[in-house]
Amino acid sequence: MRKHRKELLNLATHAVLILTLIAVAFPVYYAIVMGTHTHRDAYAFPPILIPGDQLWQNMLVAWERINLGRLAWNSFFIAIAVSVGKIVLSIMAAFAFTHFKFRGSWLLFPLTMITQMLPLPVRILPAFYLMASFGWLNTYWALTVPYLASTTGIILFRQFFLTVPDELSDAARVDGAKPLQYLWHILIPLSLTNIAALFVIEFVYIWNEYLWPLVVTTQADMRVAQIGLRMLYTSERAAAEWNIVMAGLFMIMLPPLVILILLRRQFAQGIAMQSTK
Amino acid sequence: MNRFPGHNILPYALIFPTVAVIAVFLIVPFVQAIYMSFFRISPFGRVRVYTGLRNFEELLRSPEYLQSFLNTMLFCAIVIGFGLGIALFIAVLATQKIRGAAFYQVAFIWTYAMSPAIAGVIWALMFDPSVGIFTALLETITGFRLNFTTDAVGAFLLVTIASIWIMLGYNICFYIAGLQNVPNELKEAALVDGAGPWKAFWIITFPMLSPTTAFLIFVNTLYAFFMVFGMLDVVTQGGPGQATEFLVYKIYRDGFARLREGQAAAQSVFLFIMVASIAGFQIWTSTKRAVYSR
Repeated sequence: MRKHRKELLNLATHAVLILTLIAVAFPVYYAIVMGTHTHRDAYAFPPILIPGDQLWQNMLVAWERINLGRLAWNSFFIAIAVSVGKIVLSIMAAFAFTHFKFRGSWLLFPLTMITQMLPLPVRILPAFYLMASFGWLNTYWALTVPYLASTTGIILFRQFFLTVPDELSDAARVDGAKPLQYLWHILIPLSLTNIAALFVIEFVYIWNEYLWPLVVTTQADMRVAQIGLRMLYTSERAAAEWNIVMAGLFMIMLPPLVILILLRRQFAQGIAMQSTK
Repeated sequence: MNRFPGHNILPYALIFPTVAVIAVFLIVPFVQAIYMSFFRISPFGRVRVYTGLRNFEELLRSPEYLQSFLNTMLFCAIVIGFGLGIALFIAVLATQKIRGAAFYQVAFIWTYAMSPAIAGVIWALMFDPSVGIFTALLETITGFRLNFTTDAVGAFLLVTIASIWIMLGYNICFYIAGLQNVPNELKEAALVDGAGPWKAFWIITFPMLSPTTAFLIFVNTLYAFFMVFGMLDVVTQGGPGQATEFLVYKIYRDGFARLREGQAAAQSVFLFIMVASIAGFQIWTSTKRAVYSR
């Protein structure tokens, strides 16, 4: 009797979870299906919920209309450059904070933790003028360098480095290894999960950035994919072409999604580590 | 700890790039924003007149700013309240001892990869006045035909639902991670002592989750205050009227379109005060954690 009741409860749990999953996934499904239809089918009533065969043609139209090749390349380049840069810089900083005793560390550590307290909007105008005075407007410099400090990265690597036993660095030191050799040959190979987790977090973050790229670029060939989406959507307001908009949206949405799905285990571990800090 | 004694310069060299980026691109512009907020600045910055606290006074007296502030707070409260509530509910179900629990734990992550702009456009389709499924559904239920391009409540609703939706994956992930850290013995002890599962959840699990909740409140606030910008710029442009002109959008408009730079700088300072107090709240609650983990 008791067992029976438990099975029933499990079944109900599954049912609720699957229904929620469907509800959460439906808007994306519907958006993509929209991208697979001809203009006429996209506006049929009642709506057609089965995919059509026009996705490729619609993607080509969207690609041409906003010059998505160039925009996606920009997004891709800055997302990779910033992710790699943040990984390198935060490993260096976390290594310094966990393996050395030095004057001023009590001040420097909290300093590296304030990036979240100073999000772009609290400094946007002066930051824009700074870029202008560097001559960095419409360049990759403005789209990458200001992002390179990473609180998340330093926390992630610091947490991990603190769990590495002292014996390891002692042994390395006795063998005559310099600190950077120890970092490169021992610590970094042990940190691959954290590196992958930070890569996902930062790639998704930069690919999806909007405000800063909007402010520091004005030339069409320096825009990023997210702003391309606005160009597509705004054209929809005049011409009403949901199928083209959604075919474009599908392409712009895909890169961070694929990276997240491929590295989901590392990402989840990174989150678990962040939440037990 | 000092695992490599005798290296005096190296740690500074390792930290230098991070500190340089923070100083040049974060701290200096922020200090300049504080400085600018005391000036009246003509468009394109040709003339600057020191006006003391006048920018702040004007902001506090401006009905538009007050409206924008209230809209932002309401938006933030709904995104946090509903968003975290739903996420916690799903996370609790997904961490039950059921077959396939591991599947559910990754099945919800993916909304994390959606950008606010993407989520906005997807939900603009759902809310589309002529073909939107949500609009049609709402009309059959209530008889009311929603048009988010002209209707303030409709636009606010669109942005709010899209935001709850986009944050769901992240919130669920953190709650699952948090729930897995709650020791089972405590829950079992409460159950043995005669508490029902419902009561055991509220007296044991929920308080143990408070650091996770505080952290998520902080992250969701950052989202509601800042990250939502892309969604607003693509889908509503702050409208109709002022319905979705949240604080971040108002700064952008005043600073870059309306060229009221001193005023925009004063808004930056207000925003900082808000972020700092929420961050302070988060740090305060997460230092209380020590009591639980002992």
